[in-house]
Amino acid sequence: MLKPVDVLMVGVGGQGTILASRILAHAALEKGYDIKVSEIHGMAQRGGSVVTQIRLGKKVFSPLIPERGADIVLAFEKLEGLRLMPFLKPDGTMIINEQEIPPVPVLVGAAEYPTGIIEYIQSTAGEAVVVDALVIAEKCGNVKAANVVLLGVMARRLPFEQDVWDRALAACIPAKLLEVNKAAFAAGYEYR
Amino acid sequence: MKELLSGNEAIARGAYEFGVTVAAAYPGTPSTEILENFSRYPGVYAEWAPNEKVALEVGIGASLAGARTLVTMKHVGVNVAADPLLTFAYTGVNGGFVLVSADDPGMHSSQNEQDNRYYARFAKIPLLEPSDSREAKEMVGLALEISEEFDIPVMLRTTTRVAHSQGLVEIGEPGSRELRPYQKEPQKYLMVPAFARLRRAALEERLTKLREYAENSPLNAVEWRDKAVGVITSGISYQYVREALPEASVLKLGMTNPLPEALIRDFAAGVKKLIVIEELEPFIEEQVKSMGIAAIGKEFIPQSGELGTGILVEKFIEAGILEQPAAGITVEGNTSTVPVVPGRPPVMCPGCPHRGLFYALKKLKLTVTGDIGCYTLSGLPPLEAMDCCVCMGASIGAAHGVSKANPAMSNSTVAVIGDSTFLHSGITGLLNMVYNNGSGTVIILDNSTTAMTGHQHHPGTGRTLMGAPAPAVDLETLVRALGVERVRVVNPLDLAKVQAIIREETSAAEPSVIISRCPCVLLTKETKPAVLVEKDKCIGCKICIRLGCPSISMQDRKARIDPVSCTGCGLCIQVCQEGALVKGGNADA
Repeated sequence: MLKPVDVLMVGVGGQGTILASRILAHAALEKGYDIKVSEIHGMAQRGGSVVTQIRLGKKVFSPLIPERGADIVLAFEKLEGLRLMPFLKPDGTMIINEQEIPPVPVLVGAAEYPTGIIEYIQSTAGEAVVVDALVIAEKCGNVKAANVVLLGVMARRLPFEQDVWDRALAACIPAKLLEVNKAAFAAGYEYR
Repeated sequence: MKELLSGNEAIARGAYEFGVTVAAAYPGTPSTEILENFSRYPGVYAEWAPNEKVALEVGIGASLAGARTLVTMKHVGVNVAADPLLTFAYTGVNGGFVLVSADDPGMHSSQNEQDNRYYARFAKIPLLEPSDSREAKEMVGLALEISEEFDIPVMLRTTTRVAHSQGLVEIGEPGSRELRPYQKEPQKYLMVPAFARLRRAALEERLTKLREYAENSPLNAVEWRDKAVGVITSGISYQYVREALPEASVLKLGMTNPLPEALIRDFAAGVKKLIVIEELEPFIEEQVKSMGIAAIGKEFIPQSGELGTGILVEKFIEAGILEQPAAGITVEGNTSTVPVVPGRPPVMCPGCPHRGLFYALKKLKLTVTGDIGCYTLSGLPPLEAMDCCVCMGASIGAAHGVSKANPAMSNSTVAVIGDSTFLHSGITGLLNMVYNNGSGTVIILDNSTTAMTGHQHHPGTGRTLMGAPAPAVDLETLVRALGVERVRVVNPLDLAKVQAIIREETSAAEPSVIISRCPCVLLTKETKPAVLVEKDKCIGCKICIRLGCPSISMQDRKARIDPVSCTGCGLCIQVCQEGALVKGGNADA
């Protein structure tokens, strides 16, 4: 019996959310899930929030996860994690990267970057996992592998075996970057 | 074998498997990836046309010659292509013809959210609406069959959530690609009044047969479940209905023009309460009601924006149709205490050449009639350097109209339009300005690509969709040929020069064109070292912040340049009055 899993990944353009979602979908396909993935392209993409919705189940209808519907929100940027809190199930897991990327309204002084995001999420989410993915990725050899670190943190919470993840990583990542990304994934997987 | 494909990839795959050999389009979100994917299959031909009207006309010719043909565009593109479309319904096809209209409910990347299903009804052509990637592929095949059997172009209408969502699709083998023989038949293809009258009558006959087809088509099917509530639905709304009302009976319409009246009557008679659920306009609902069938729909379902499972559940509960949400759906939670979250609106990229031009326009306090592209973002804070934007190509006509209405505004108004947009539908506007003795200034933002939709080629780039070298139109020669004598070319990253040229050209008493030329920063990929801040010189005046560059922020009341995203374009160096921003690295040292 395949337990349905709804995952929201959110970040800012260039943070690698799309690769992370591709690896997850690849692993889920091998496990025999029905899958729907939704992304938005075009104008909304230029420096704006990038949200990818991944729905896994025996049979998936809507490609969209309703509010309070996500089992896991994987936030590549702190503010974007906060923005998607309404989509997290009351007992859901928020995995949040500590990185801050100020949006233009903050840059031009029209708004403040909120303080206390981590505290708010820790007090609200069913489970909150705070990760400094940039530092972990750098230790693994490439700061750009932060997305795969975060994926590793999430992987521990999904019922997929290690070799399923290995094959998904190998299928989605170019050979020359595979070793550093495997290390990043493992570091995320072991993260407490 | 099953693959995870987006709706757009699935349509491309379907076109390949079901024998399409010619495809044409103008890029437009959310339709663009269809042709990009289709063009990579072996043995097919695909091209970017300069606009949707030309794309459709190319498709008409290909169908006439006997090829199965695909033409794709975003919803507003069909406005541009409407002229050939409405008469193409009269002539009908030779090779099967599918027009994909990719609508954008919620306006993720569009200026309006028009419901193009009305176009199918208006043009009197069959309309298919897939609800996911699997159906998108299958419906391409069915649409081609319907097109050939009933001698009529077929519209396949997707929406953003179908086009850009991925689902599992069974991959098949490509079938026959033989051309149908071409025969000269002026009475069918030459639409002069005497022949058009005949084809007009023939169109009604074809529609009558299509109505019969719709009744028994596999595209339209009843799913009997609980009969207390029955839902008629189509497209993506079907998926939301299945989650929000999993027990309800559903009449799923894959073909929504013409509607299967007998099937709808049977279904309505079999359920206690009939609801029509569709995104945007009451397209199906009004026709059902005009059949004299009691139904509800837009009385309680939103008529604008996207639908979703959550919205439907909420509305069904409000209307007393649902007592509590289905398993797995939560409608109540602790979201009321969420702190205020600043928005993250889209912005021009670091190093975007448009930024220099719009900074100059803002400084000169000009009225700017705008157009469609990345540069439309200049209308948002902090640049706020655009006054209006309506549709592709509108900037030039609008600037001309402003100056004719109020000559005092003539020297303070400019039109701005991208290179791809100018070639799409700006040329005729400029021709009009010259012809009617206008004296406006048109700025062509030439970044050598169709940037917003993801860098597609166009007649000015020197390459085709299939990657072949092509003649690149010379914009200077083109605008001179239209009768513009004052033609200037400037690099928008040279702020002083840009301002000087704009001043000169707006004060001229004849039409002028400024070509603001610098390739899209995402195309060139050659970046200079990041700009450095000399902190002792920075007085924290924030003038650099007004450029709206995502690489510049304030930290401890001093400018800070993000060394990773800065491309070293040097605009901020030019605006800084204190000499606090300097070239990085040892470039030109």
